[in-house]
Amino acid sequence: LAVLHVHQSFACLLQTNIQSDCRWYSVSHLSVKERIEKKRKAAQMGGGQKRIDAQHQRGKLTARERVELLLDPESFVETDMFVEHRCSDFGMEQDANKFPGDSVVTGRGRINGRLVYVFSQDFTVFGGSLSGAHAQKICKIMDQALTVGAPVIGLNDSGGARIQEGVESLAGYADIFLVHPSDLPHHGSLCILTHLMLCLQDTSYLFITGPDVVKSVTNEDVTQEELGGAKTHTAVSGVAHRAFENDVEALLYLRDFFNFLPLSNQDPAPIRECQDPSDRLVKSLDTVVPFESTKAYDMLDIIHAIVDEGDFFEIMPTYAKNIVVGFARMNGRTVGIVGNQPKVASGCLDINSSVKGARFVRFCDAFNIPIITFVDVPGFLPGTAQEYGGIIRHGAKLLFAFAEATVPKITIITRKAYGGAYDVMSSKHLRGDMNYAWPTAEVAVMGAKGAVQIIFRGKENQAEAEAEYVEKFANPFPAAVRGFVDDIIEPATTRKRICRDLEVLASKKQVNPWKKHANIPL
Amino acid sequence: WTFLTGVSVTMHACTHTHTLTRTHAPHTHTHCSYGLFSSSQTFDKILIANRGEIACRVIKTCKKMGIQTVAVHSDVDSNVHVKMADEAVCVGPAPTSKSYLNMDAIMDAIRLTGAQAVHPGYGFLSENKDFAKRLAAVGVTFIGPDTHAIQAMGDKIESKLIAKAAKVNTIPGFDGVVKTAEDAVKIAQQIGYPVMIKASAGGGGKGMRIAWNDEETREGFRFSSQEAASSFGDDRLLIEKYIDNPRHIEIQVLADKHGNVLWLNERECSIQRRNQKVVEEAPSMFLDADTRRVMGEQAVQLAKAVKYSSAGTVEFLVDSKKNFYFLEMNTRLQVEHPVTECITGLDLVEQMIRIAKGYQLQQKQEDIPINGWAIESRVYAEDPFKSFGLPSIGRLSQYQEPLKLSHVRVDSGIEEGSDINIYYDPMISKLVTYGATRAEALARMEDALDNYVIRGVTHNIPLLREIITHPRFVSGDISTNFLPEVYPEGFKGHHLDEDRCRELLASAAALHVTSQLYSHKILGTQSDLMLCYRVSSAPMDQNNWELCVELGQELHDIEISKSGNSYIFMNGLCLSLQVKVDGGQVEVCGDWNLASPLLPLTINGTCRMLQCLSKESSGNIVLQYMGTLFKVRVLSKLTAKLNSYMPEKVSEDTSSILRSPMPGTVVAMSVKPGDTVADGQEICVIEAMKMQNSLTAVKQAKVKSVHCQPGETVGEGDLLVELE
Repeated sequence: LAVLHVHQSFACLLQTNIQSDCRWYSVSHLSVKERIEKKRKAAQMGGGQKRIDAQHQRGKLTARERVELLLDPESFVETDMFVEHRCSDFGMEQDANKFPGDSVVTGRGRINGRLVYVFSQDFTVFGGSLSGAHAQKICKIMDQALTVGAPVIGLNDSGGARIQEGVESLAGYADIFLVHPSDLPHHGSLCILTHLMLCLQDTSYLFITGPDVVKSVTNEDVTQEELGGAKTHTAVSGVAHRAFENDVEALLYLRDFFNFLPLSNQDPAPIRECQDPSDRLVKSLDTVVPFESTKAYDMLDIIHAIVDEGDFFEIMPTYAKNIVVGFARMNGRTVGIVGNQPKVASGCLDINSSVKGARFVRFCDAFNIPIITFVDVPGFLPGTAQEYGGIIRHGAKLLFAFAEATVPKITIITRKAYGGAYDVMSSKHLRGDMNYAWPTAEVAVMGAKGAVQIIFRGKENQAEAEAEYVEKFANPFPAAVRGFVDDIIEPATTRKRICRDLEVLASKKQVNPWKKHANIPL
Repeated sequence: WTFLTGVSVTMHACTHTHTLTRTHAPHTHTHCSYGLFSSSQTFDKILIANRGEIACRVIKTCKKMGIQTVAVHSDVDSNVHVKMADEAVCVGPAPTSKSYLNMDAIMDAIRLTGAQAVHPGYGFLSENKDFAKRLAAVGVTFIGPDTHAIQAMGDKIESKLIAKAAKVNTIPGFDGVVKTAEDAVKIAQQIGYPVMIKASAGGGGKGMRIAWNDEETREGFRFSSQEAASSFGDDRLLIEKYIDNPRHIEIQVLADKHGNVLWLNERECSIQRRNQKVVEEAPSMFLDADTRRVMGEQAVQLAKAVKYSSAGTVEFLVDSKKNFYFLEMNTRLQVEHPVTECITGLDLVEQMIRIAKGYQLQQKQEDIPINGWAIESRVYAEDPFKSFGLPSIGRLSQYQEPLKLSHVRVDSGIEEGSDINIYYDPMISKLVTYGATRAEALARMEDALDNYVIRGVTHNIPLLREIITHPRFVSGDISTNFLPEVYPEGFKGHHLDEDRCRELLASAAALHVTSQLYSHKILGTQSDLMLCYRVSSAPMDQNNWELCVELGQELHDIEISKSGNSYIFMNGLCLSLQVKVDGGQVEVCGDWNLASPLLPLTINGTCRMLQCLSKESSGNIVLQYMGTLFKVRVLSKLTAKLNSYMPEKVSEDTSSILRSPMPGTVVAMSVKPGDTVADGQEICVIEAMKMQNSLTAVKQAKVKSVHCQPGETVGEGDLLVELE
């Protein structure tokens, strides 16, 4: 015990366990059947009632409660309940320091009837720390999931690696990580390898090095929350994809979100029965774009009005808000939606929004989810901050992602589609399948004012020239006559058109030229 | 020949009744007369100097009469009326003073389009004698009375004198203009409290205040003169005896240019908030035939006294003993004219146009019927929970008028996607229902309100529905104090009794279960070979659910099961559920379409129309039931148990921050940082939709910081002032 100074709370934890749980292990006189029962019971209790109560007091659920909430009732099939850690150093070999199942609960179950593998780290056992046995359990279900073609959901609640054991590596096939409180080193690096990460307000922390190390290395004063809290990762760093208020809310949302996704990258995107008529006319779209082309509107108004039942699951809603990404359904089919957000920074593309968009587009492409893009982009954000930050490199990521994607791609230009940003936003030039323009669309190199200032520099009659430019380019015709948009459509018919196109594009097959892997400008 | 013409035009009018005026009331008794009038030639082109629903209303009749229409609009306001009109002219920027009140621009529009006549609607320039004069100068017909009548009746002081002379009952009061606040106090003391201070040029409740003591008189004087100045450009005020607890009943008159005047019965407009009408009906339950006749005849005397022509309204206050007093005469088409049209079968706009052209009235007084009963609810974009209605703004993201129901007429000038902004009146529509009896009209109103889908702005349907179902209203026991008397603590929404509460809980639980079943409806679930999913899914075989529903602070245990074999669940169509809630049994059947905002359910055999406003993964559901919104949270029993471990969110202390209750402009800031304010002291004044609202402190405190300045535009919920 003396050497357990890894984390103060772990030491306390061990002491409690010794006091309360030792009787479970002096049971050699019992029959095998009885011992099985005892072990099962012990596994159910994790680190014991006191630890469970402490977990509840922190406003957190236990590993098993989380699994129960996530999965359909009575669908959980547990594996490796009898696995124990194998560490023999620092007194860990004592019976009192062994817990059946160790610090993680693993198994499979169903969400709305659909198969999923799940592991849930148990903070009540050694603070959920990752031992060799713990890692082995996770790897086992991941291997199984890979063979059957089902996803893995990880519910993380861990102090990090179990220092007594040394670090064990984890090769991850993990699909979705629901990060639970106090994720320390290694897990930080692990989580970001996952497809999607959700976290909790006020209780989730994620960082490479904690505030103490930061202080000693850089002399920077920072709290856990500021350094790696949910707000930091969802609004500033873009590490996590969405934050929730608490365990219960997160798990309920996760259940609904799971329905959008295919079980594996070999499955087509799921189709749910649809009660929302696919030919529904959306009258409100006829007036959503304001008359003055400088006035903002909310792209979410368009998205909510078009998708099935107005049900849109936004990803990264608080990060790089000038681009909106998320999942929805069109006539029952899952689609990924990308839209410039005119309400924030005029919907321009900058470094963060480009990377956010690119990652989402690739997610969709990897999982056979068609992409619908709503374009109202005045261009890339100019300035030294952006150039020094490498906007060219990062903007290219979004271009690359759209170009590379072979899933059905439908694009609607609602208003501005200016310059390079027009090209980037799933244009016809990037193999867009169907590209539409609303009557309010303006496909041009730049806004009339800027264009005229360059073309007619130093000349008079700028106002007249501007009017001429507007007449010529601030409308959908220049793009339409060249076939760069397939049609100019009435906004109200947008839903109908998209649903019809998706029906046709369901059989789309497109293969990129062979390469070991694409070389996206990272 | 006449007969034939009549018939053919009648059919014409019939079609329009359905497609254009969107009236589903059976006006068969009037169609013949419609036809006859339509046959007379009036104008080729009319400009409508107004916006919104009244512009649309006038355009509809013009179309019916074969008249070309010109709409005017501000540059932010090209709404339905612009689309409906044959031509449209932009007359200026958003503020009404620069567009709809901009006479120069409107005169230009008339010249530009060659309109022969102008219909002014109500408000704006409708009672502006200068406008009428300018029109007359260029030979354009003003569809309304002549300038003399506008002037005589537009001035409250003069109109009262004329009324007295015409032997119309008038209210005791001071017949002159009040100059200063101290004058006001002196006069008020002479008349005796309570008194009413009102703008001489006013109307529509603007610039009106009631005072019960000297202090309130001073304050009322200040507010009314400011409001009068900003609304009418005329800050003259007058004071009269305030008749406590009166009814507001008005007589519609119709007069031609040949001295013929008719009274078209009364409208009961007693349900008001801040002196603005909310629910109107015709006829009034309160009037007997004799009183009605005497009031009608006095109204006619007044109209004759000022040589009135066109449609006009004589407003009376009626006390509990059926004594009535002349209040004012509105020399224009009233907002609530549709109820009169419903019971008399006349198209008032058509009559106005004919009269303006110089035609004689074709009816006699004995031709004017009271056919059935009509009720009008003014549907406003406002929050009824704040002083019975503070304006709200927003975009109508979803909007469906209840036109599928019969005997419903909706006069509106907006559509799905329209913006309700701070520049104009926040009225969404006038919802009119009609029936053979009052009870029938009321029942239809209840249905119509339940079926009305409005999303994107806060609206007053909760209040309207409470009013029209309130026992006092149903029995006809109303006065202009109805709202403050019935809701002394302010409007709090529908109060659910035990049965209704159970129904709501059962509906929410049933909705939750339906959506759970629906979540399982991913194709491939039932071995759908066509789609070749690699892993097949398990079917949903659950038939019973144990749920926990949270409503307010209370948790209710609910058991729910599919009832017998009676359910059909093909394409999520029909499902019948047995719900055990708080010991009672409720059966909920429905066509569950989760994509529709309307949720028609049969609860214990009774049809109920609910609306689902939102349904989140977290179990939070917002339902509209009995007109009011209820937030519930439906969780499985297990989830509810685990949810109890979750920490509660701490909410912000609102006593020390003052937020704007509505969007508007800050016109005055009475405090600065460091000041100490008393409980109830005015902190600032916000003007919205031309109404000045004084915001006060809710506790004694020191002002910590001020976040806005006079002149600044603020949104609802914006932080204005922080207290310590």
